[in-house]
Amino acid sequence: MAEMLIAGIVWVLIVSGAFFTVIGAIGIVRFPDFWSRLHAASVSDSAGMILLLAGMCVFAGWSLITVKLIVIGVVLFITGPTSTHAVANAALVSGLRPPEGKGLTGTEPEPLPDPAAETTPI
Amino acid sequence: MRTIGAFVFLIALWLLLSGIYKPMIIGFGAASVLVALLVVRRMDGVDEDRVDQQLDAVASIKYFFWLMAEIAKANWNVTKVILAPRMPIRQHLFAVPHSQKTDLAQVVFANSITLTPGTITVETESDGFLVHAVAYSTDDRAALADMNRRVAAIERGGSA
Repeated sequence: MAEMLIAGIVWVLIVSGAFFTVIGAIGIVRFPDFWSRLHAASVSDSAGMILLLAGMCVFAGWSLITVKLIVIGVVLFITGPTSTHAVANAALVSGLRPPEGKGLTGTEPEPLPDPAAETTPI
Repeated sequence: MRTIGAFVFLIALWLLLSGIYKPMIIGFGAASVLVALLVVRRMDGVDEDRVDQQLDAVASIKYFFWLMAEIAKANWNVTKVILAPRMPIRQHLFAVPHSQKTDLAQVVFANSITLTPGTITVETESDGFLVHAVAYSTDDRAALADMNRRVAAIERGGSA
């Protein structure tokens, strides 16, 4: 009985994780430009990753594999948004601006210091 | 004190990740932990660059569970946008003020914004973040101000 219950929980977690991963992939294809595609990718990055890892943790039970899965989860939980931020920031700094929705004006970032002025002559 | 804490943490990590409890393997683990600590101590003598952990543990755990619920809700909203036939995208780049005092809490706030699908922290400035939303609605500002308050509360000595 308990085994059936655990199998059911694993099944629900892994299938829903796979569902959100696929949704993220569909979003990357359907969305029109770079900025909105970043958001689609973050669906598979957060919900997909968390649900799949949770499902694998329940499947593994109380063992060292669970510990390793949790360590992977913690690392992805921190590096995922950080790398998304790095990509988005690089796009902003290189001059790409999101197409604003109807009736909205975007905030301009503070101008960057001129890199040519910063380099000291050798 | 820090060194002892790091030693216990690294040994625990080795024991959990290796899973082979023979004297020789544990000996290798202890030796590599000692080498790592030696290197860290020498590097500390060079730059003295330390990050002080200033977050309240209990409040952080409460915040973590609140954040998981937010991630679930936001995921569902973005999923609806992706699957809607006409894709109601309304992109907007706007400034969000932050009121955390320490760097670490600001990082937690910025990463929380990015982790909830639908909003991404694009730029960090001294007085606030630039946030990009894919389906902007007027509630977004209030929701992020609420998150800002909650992250400020997990700082030690912050208003809980």
